[in-house]
Amino acid sequence: MDRIPILQMGRALLITIQVDMHDQLALALEEDLAAKIASSGARGVLIDISSLEIIDSFIGRMLDNIAGVSRLMDAETVVVGMRPAVAITLVELGLSLSGVRTALNVDRGMAIIQQRLHDYEIADGD
Amino acid sequence: METNSGDVLVISGSDDVVRVRQAVRAKAIEIGLSLVDQTKIVTAASEVARNTLDHGGGGTATLLTVQNGNRQGLRLIFEDQGRGIADLDRALTDGYTTGKGLGLGLGGAKRLSNEFSIQSTPGKGTRVVIARWK
Amino acid sequence: MAKAPMSDLPKILREHESQILDQWLRLLTQNVRTGRGRITERELQDQCRDFLAELRDAIEGGNLDDIRTGSFDRLRDMLGHISRSRAAQGFTPSETAIFVFSLKQPVFEMMKSETASAESWAFGMLLDQLGLYSMEEFLKRREEVILRQQQEIAELSTPVVKLWNGILALPLIGTLDSSRTQVVMENLLQSIVQEGAEIAIIDITGVPTVDTLVAQHLLKTVAAARLMGADCIISGIRPQIAQTMVHLGVELNVASKASLADAFALALHQTGRRVTRISSNDAKTSGISRGSAPGGLTGQANIGS
Repeated sequence: MDRIPILQMGRALLITIQVDMHDQLALALEEDLAAKIASSGARGVLIDISSLEIIDSFIGRMLDNIAGVSRLMDAETVVVGMRPAVAITLVELGLSLSGVRTALNVDRGMAIIQQRLHDYEIADGD
Repeated sequence: METNSGDVLVISGSDDVVRVRQAVRAKAIEIGLSLVDQTKIVTAASEVARNTLDHGGGGTATLLTVQNGNRQGLRLIFEDQGRGIADLDRALTDGYTTGKGLGLGLGGAKRLSNEFSIQSTPGKGTRVVIARWK
Repeated sequence: MAKAPMSDLPKILREHESQILDQWLRLLTQNVRTGRGRITERELQDQCRDFLAELRDAIEGGNLDDIRTGSFDRLRDMLGHISRSRAAQGFTPSETAIFVFSLKQPVFEMMKSETASAESWAFGMLLDQLGLYSMEEFLKRREEVILRQQQEIAELSTPVVKLWNGILALPLIGTLDSSRTQVVMENLLQSIVQEGAEIAIIDITGVPTVDTLVAQHLLKTVAAARLMGADCIISGIRPQIAQTMVHLGVELNVASKASLADAFALALHQTGRRVTRISSNDAKTSGISRGSAPGGLTGQANIGS
């Protein structure tokens, strides 16, 4: 079965969702990511959804779950690049993804994660 | 009201839900729905198709382009011969779910459509019709 | 219903054309104001002559019953065109309808001398049908205008303005219903993408009332902007509106400020900027002199990042 690739950049993980995901693919991503956070000790997860043309309640729930699981494992998830039409539809659908941090684009999202990594380095005394 | 004969898609696996989404998107573009309206009807179709698959054990989706005066629209009919829904009001309530979703499926699809109707007989199956007008 | 195979009407219309036209025009000019951006008397004359000619052709075959049939196609087209242009030129419905109805009298007078009353009855019915058709076309045109204006108002009334790099303002004016919320959302989100905005200020000074529904629409807009990664601040909540909202139990779980200025200051602060007054020397070197401000009322401010 296809898998969505998860890239590692230092203590940040990068995911770019470029395909119209079916439900199993979304579930697999959720599992893979949790395992990857544990094995890599990542503190930040950036998910780029700028290619996604729709987000239905299943994918919305996946994003919510990923953010929740990451938070429990001390990593912050930032979802970036949601399209206007997708945002309007998601709100109408009744999903606000209140547990997920968002940013306009990859740059802004990375800045949020870098800031957090920076705070950690100070706390760790590295 | 004029209707053409529609395309019928089989829904028997989660790949088929993706195929329904893509077919609905293509039809929505064809009749010139705005980007936001396209996104709404595709999302609604995804929710209902998943319900057909997960709750109804699979079924069919029929895509129709419809004409009412000078308004064009897209009407989608989802049918299954599954276990049916006993309490329709509850099935449309947000947060109510029998499966693994958020329980926003049918209620959400209703909010994203201009027309929404559902008929269900327990043990016989479910038929959901949604439409979005230009 | 009279439907004589050989109707006398076409003959009457042909033989007395100039008399009928003269009287019809006289009646029309008494009731319809011409000139001033509307049609001229000359145009009105042309319309009457053409209409009469088409009417004669249409009834030549003896059909006086149904204007939806093929022999009336050209007459209907012409009347539809006249009626729609009346609507566009700002004529009243009466002024439009009188065009057809005032043809009754001159034709009836010609008939009295020549034909039976059965045919005048049929002709009266025919003109009634044409009059109604004329009204339908008139109203259709009006409705088109209203629809277009509604769309224009919706778009005009929701401008998105850039206050600073990354800071947008959306001054809302008028009631927020669901169709307008749609336009507002689309405009705002599109501008957020275009400007790469981090903060959007929604100013509701111009919104007359905020009930639960309007609050819901506002919150939807805020939620959609947040999904894209932009924060919203709501400003301009007037005292009465604040009171009504509290009484109704309406909650806006979003940063809110009394004025657009306060909201802007908060937005600058959140993006790591602040507003400071500069000394008059700096003002001179930057090419702006204090004395140039009207009445010396305003000082200069500069915004540092």
